[in-house]
Amino acid sequence: MNKKLKLENTGVLVVLFTLTFISILPFLWMISTSLKSNGALLSIPVEWIPKTVSWAAFIKVFTRLPFIGALANSTFITMTSTTITLISSSLAAFVFAKFEFKYKNLLFTLFLASMMIPIQVTGIPIFIILTKLNLTNSYLGVIFPTVFNVFAIFLLRQYMKNISNDFIEAAFMDGANFWQVYWKIVLPMSIVPLTTLFVINFMNYWNDYFWPLIILSDPNKMTLPVLLSKLNAQYTTEYNTLMAGSLVSMVPILIVYAFAQKYFIAGIQEGGIK
Amino acid sequence: MRNMQKQTKIFLILFLVPSVFGFIVFSLIPMISAFYLSFTSWDVIGGAPEWIGMKNYIDIFRSEEFYRVMRNTLKFITFYIPSIMVSSLLVALLFDRKIKGMGMFRVLLFIPVLTSWIAGAIIWRSVLSGQYGLMNNLLALFSIKGPAWLTDPDWAMIAVVMVSVWKDLGFFSLILFGGLRGIDKTLYEAAKIDGATSFQVLRRITIPLLTPTIFFVLVTTIINSFQLFPQVMVMTGGGPDGATQVMVERIYTYGFRYFEMGYAAAMAVILLLIIVIVTIVQMRLQKKWVFYE
Repeated sequence: MNKKLKLENTGVLVVLFTLTFISILPFLWMISTSLKSNGALLSIPVEWIPKTVSWAAFIKVFTRLPFIGALANSTFITMTSTTITLISSSLAAFVFAKFEFKYKNLLFTLFLASMMIPIQVTGIPIFIILTKLNLTNSYLGVIFPTVFNVFAIFLLRQYMKNISNDFIEAAFMDGANFWQVYWKIVLPMSIVPLTTLFVINFMNYWNDYFWPLIILSDPNKMTLPVLLSKLNAQYTTEYNTLMAGSLVSMVPILIVYAFAQKYFIAGIQEGGIK
Repeated sequence: MRNMQKQTKIFLILFLVPSVFGFIVFSLIPMISAFYLSFTSWDVIGGAPEWIGMKNYIDIFRSEEFYRVMRNTLKFITFYIPSIMVSSLLVALLFDRKIKGMGMFRVLLFIPVLTSWIAGAIIWRSVLSGQYGLMNNLLALFSIKGPAWLTDPDWAMIAVVMVSVWKDLGFFSLILFGGLRGIDKTLYEAAKIDGATSFQVLRRITIPLLTPTIFFVLVTTIINSFQLFPQVMVMTGGGPDGATQVMVERIYTYGFRYFEMGYAAAMAVILLLIIVIVTIVQMRLQKKWVFYE
């Protein structure tokens, strides 16, 4: 019996290893290509590992192309958007989870229904609204719409519902006001979903393409995905440059994920079960 | 006490203001105006939208393009949905084994999910490039001559499917794994004692109990299929010969390249209707196969 189990487990590991290897392979190819010189790109037979390592692509990315600027833009937009989403969603979630008021269910249903509507439908009017507000081609135009995030409200509300009312009532008894209860009790107790949402939103905003592409036309304000797509059109086959740029754009999100990974996987699974 | 109630009311409103404001400005009003715009002709720059009734819709349904876009989407769905369902289910089942080092696979398989669509699509454009790409050179090792993936109209959509499965596998296998962990393991043992084979346990116990999660994954992946966009934009730009043109790519092209906002809005409304109808049909059908305890 034990022997059979061992054999099965070996089989499982072999299959998983193969699948993981296949899914990682394009990244290895990315690293290898980014270290090739322009000449080595076109050598036949293909150099799986570059014979001579060339840093030219990375140097180009950081000196001749506006990557530093795009990195700064992406970081600013992503951090601000994520913070705004977490604050506005947790405020609303707290109210939906713990208080009764007129039209509460109607409002929540409307919120949920709006999740069905793809950004491409509302995108054109939002663009027009932002144009009227003079917010196109500004960071604010990209950040502003993130103030409303149904998924975040929903996830936080589910979680906050399970926070015992005793804590909250006791705090009110002690004379705490609404804000203090939210800030000192409810938020610290919701750290798991907040971390999950931090990673999900950071990832979404960092990688977002459609919205920054439409809003930001000034090259100095471009985010990484937009810059990458522009380079993709411009340097169609200069793959070492494109790969170096892609690699650079991936590093921040990988760092965030590495730190938050444990909470994140736990949070996303709880979401999957419910 | 009255004072307390008043205070509560003010705070309730203050706490809801950001989200309600966002909902009205970035969801409700745009929704209504998209609907209105779809009955107009408007190029953004010159003057106000001009009311033209159903013309946009009629033009869309008369255009050959619309049917090509639908065929392309259908082709994507036909290949993508079975591939992603089977592969993420397989990976989730493997994840469910208690083996040391499993966490590492979970983390590694998630990397494509973290990668932006743009970076992912650029990487794959290189992997799939005809002569110098990774894929065809690997195939050549087995004496297989790979197609010119992204420039061959027959293969371009298949390539888009491949990349989409690669990108989404980590996410959906994690969701399905979450569902598997919710299943009571004593059921497996009881079945084993009764002499059931592993395959019977899978078919009669695991899969039925997992159907709610499978349903969630199915609904999500189908909605995503209709919203296909960045991978197409970067890898093929809708080509070759329109073989990878899809709804969102068309909406973007008409709206923000040609500035035909009314026409684009009508397409967006059609897209929304399709998604709503497909989702409702799925909700109806779920009673037939989804198993709720």
